[in-house]
Amino acid sequence: MVIFEHSKTGRAATAQMPQDSVKIDLPARFLRESDVGLPELSEMQVVRHYTQLSQKNFSIDTQFYPLGSCTMKYNPRACNSLAMLPGLVDRHPLAPDKYSQGFLQIMYELQEMLMEVTGMQAVSLSPMAGAQGEFAGVAMIRAYHDTQGDAARTEILVPDAAHGTNPATAIMCGYKVREIPTDDQGDVDMTALREAVGPQTAGIMLTNPSTLGVFERKVAEIAGIIHEAGGLLYYDGANLNAILGKVKPGDMGFDVIHMNLHKTFSTPHGGGGPGSGAIGVSGRLLPFRPIPVVEKTGERYHWLTEKELPQSIGRLSAFAGNAGVLLRAYVYMRMLGREGMHRVADFATLNANYLMKRLEQAGFELAFPERRATHEFIVTLKKQAKDYGVTAKDFAKRLLDFNFHAPTTYFPLLVPECLLIEPTETESKEELDGFVEAMICILSEAGNDPEKVTGAPWTQPNRRFDEVKAARELDLKWTSGE
Amino acid sequence: MPFIPHTEAEIQAMLEVIGVTDIEQLFDEIPAQLRSGELEGIPETASEMQVAREVQAFAEQDSGALNFIGAGAYEHHIPAAVWQLVSRGEFYSAYTPYQAEASQGTLQVIYEYQSMMTGLTGMDVSNASLYDGASSLAEAVLMAVRANRKSKSKKILMPTSVHPAYRATTDAIVRNQKIELVEVAVDPQSGRVDPATLSQWDGEDIAALVIPQPNFFGVLEEVDALTDWAEKNAVLSIAVVNPLTLGLLKSPGEWGNGGVDIVCGDGQPLGAPLSSGGPYYGLLCCKQKHVRQMPGRIVGRTIDADDKPGFVLTLQAREQHIRRSKATSNICTNQGLVVTASTIHMALLGPKGLKEVASHCYANTHQLTDKLKPMGATPLFSGEYFHEVVFDLKQPAEPVLEKMADQGVLGGYALGRDFPELKNAILVCATETKTENDLQQFVDALKRAKN
Repeated sequence: MVIFEHSKTGRAATAQMPQDSVKIDLPARFLRESDVGLPELSEMQVVRHYTQLSQKNFSIDTQFYPLGSCTMKYNPRACNSLAMLPGLVDRHPLAPDKYSQGFLQIMYELQEMLMEVTGMQAVSLSPMAGAQGEFAGVAMIRAYHDTQGDAARTEILVPDAAHGTNPATAIMCGYKVREIPTDDQGDVDMTALREAVGPQTAGIMLTNPSTLGVFERKVAEIAGIIHEAGGLLYYDGANLNAILGKVKPGDMGFDVIHMNLHKTFSTPHGGGGPGSGAIGVSGRLLPFRPIPVVEKTGERYHWLTEKELPQSIGRLSAFAGNAGVLLRAYVYMRMLGREGMHRVADFATLNANYLMKRLEQAGFELAFPERRATHEFIVTLKKQAKDYGVTAKDFAKRLLDFNFHAPTTYFPLLVPECLLIEPTETESKEELDGFVEAMICILSEAGNDPEKVTGAPWTQPNRRFDEVKAARELDLKWTSGE
Repeated sequence: MPFIPHTEAEIQAMLEVIGVTDIEQLFDEIPAQLRSGELEGIPETASEMQVAREVQAFAEQDSGALNFIGAGAYEHHIPAAVWQLVSRGEFYSAYTPYQAEASQGTLQVIYEYQSMMTGLTGMDVSNASLYDGASSLAEAVLMAVRANRKSKSKKILMPTSVHPAYRATTDAIVRNQKIELVEVAVDPQSGRVDPATLSQWDGEDIAALVIPQPNFFGVLEEVDALTDWAEKNAVLSIAVVNPLTLGLLKSPGEWGNGGVDIVCGDGQPLGAPLSSGGPYYGLLCCKQKHVRQMPGRIVGRTIDADDKPGFVLTLQAREQHIRRSKATSNICTNQGLVVTASTIHMALLGPKGLKEVASHCYANTHQLTDKLKPMGATPLFSGEYFHEVVFDLKQPAEPVLEKMADQGVLGGYALGRDFPELKNAILVCATETKTENDLQQFVDALKRAKN
């Protein structure tokens, strides 16, 4: 049932509204006559409905969630409770200095910590998601070339394994996209790269470790080629979890990076956001950072805006980005501390390599068997698809019946029937072993009883959906009379 | 080890399976000259108790003021149930609902949100949210340029009564696509756009007109006349609204003869705490005919293999993970959790609650105006206003606000920061959270600060 079906005319959660009546003195032309379209409910009905809905979700708090490239690690509860402290949660974004020093100091320290882990010269916290961080990064690359009077640079290079946000971002920044192929070991095809680079190259967008779950070994050489041609390097921080405390994007030669604080620094994914896509820059992009940025002068913390950063690419949100998400990242980073941060990459990598090895031993084909896993790796089910007609999607759906969330499927696009598996560092060996057992069981079902897999899931609130119907006969809102 | 469950024995067993002797070997593909992982600048590991103590001290430093600032972020009562429900792990720690069968909670919440938001705005379609109000205006502008096929100019009429940070954000996001934001001046007496000023663009090639309601000064625009002008001139209309006000104000779907084309705005007043500016969410609604130009996720209802109804992400062919460089936007993650809060908030308010809250916001701000009359502080603009009002202090506003803050009252926003000609003016907001006593405190603090 949708919430509207619980509605009864005349019912209301009256404890949640002002009690006295007031007079409105506005001309009729401004006023609403139509129904506002909200349901009429008691407070308990609302609580019960949404509690029951929550129980129809898989989540990290309830299931292993090895969704590749999404870093579904445990979200410590203290991050939430501290970010919701009255002084922080009630603070107005335009509160004066006197009521801002606590918040600004936290933001300043967060900037400093992110600079340290990435090796960048400065950080701006305002981008509100990874894709907005990407936008900020490419817009800065553009601002840099424009400032040099270099209008010939019209192209951004993007490896074919990249996230879809990369090419979409380049287009939003007014660039053309040129795709660079990947070689059979998962590295960027250097011959193709050399051919593609030229005076038209504004920059390259690179994820490292790449979305193929391997470390891009020639990254220093790539940086040399791009820089020599006058282009800049953009680092997509989606996979930063794999290298935290091991290697810094700044040392790999990147000019600008974004970090997904909702991945590496464990802020919640919230069913699809809010995220946070803080960016870091090298020296040459310092003047172009998006505003606002926190600065410390003497003992006072304050914002830098367009007055201090006149060459900034500008503002990306009404205030200063997803501040509450930033607070959660700060608490997490402080609890990890220096030692804990090194361990993130250690154990994310240990878990991924262990899981990869066990699945290989169980008869699954790896996309890159010669390579180490980073924090994630790819299994290809092309053989099972050919032999039994059981696809990656079928495996994904059947895993739900075993109470495991599915890995990422059909991404990256260049590996057929792929599962991109990222266990993260917070999962125990028992959990990983349980996942392997489930995969072995499904593999056996695929041979003996394929309908059990192709018809899955069987245990969820719904079976598989008719997605064609969803797109053809659009039903995007509830209407009364249904 | 914080948040890592491995025992020493397990680590050894795992290394053995992999066939290495220590974890370090797993990083042997990273070229040695790049290895520079030292993190000396990061403080040492702290326990939850230690960090809590520090963060509590920071929070206390910023607490305790009585707030009358609005300017795009509004203080409202949020029912306790809202964030308690949102903090349930099943909502809080889920990801984007890629596996629909295991994400019906999140998907149905979004469908209900879309239903509520289209009802509130009077539009046909809502997406699942964008980042915030400012970036939703940028996306609305991009969407209008794509949707208005009659227009080649990429020109957008942008009144100066639109929130300055929204205008700045829109400019930053659309600039590289050669879209031009043309300023429309505000009438200095009424504080709103005089519809007659639009006649200078009659018959010109314009992609869209932006119409804020209420506008940044709290003043109500003549939305019917503006919407009709746009329609007559084949210009798409984009409403920027505060959704809370729609409990009282005419919905954008009903403006003028045919309603607006696109509605955007910030959903913060419906369930998101002030939280230093975010996370909030951007709302985006449109007429049915524009749905394929809409950015962001959309949830639709369908049936499953047993004909049982349920919910899925739909129209994904617009999005970056399918269309890559040809997508309507690069947006991927939106503000799911805040939308969940907002949906629960709207369900708790219902039609009566929303109207009551909106009415009390209106009434409190107007009562404050009455209380200030004897002091000679009167509204600068003659236009009707909703729950925000501009006062001319007849002396530089910044020092007055500072002195009010010293008395624990955040007296408003100094308009001189964005409008140099308004350096004596403050923008003040009194929502339903303010009592008679609170309003009196404002008056007393202002009196002392002005002297």
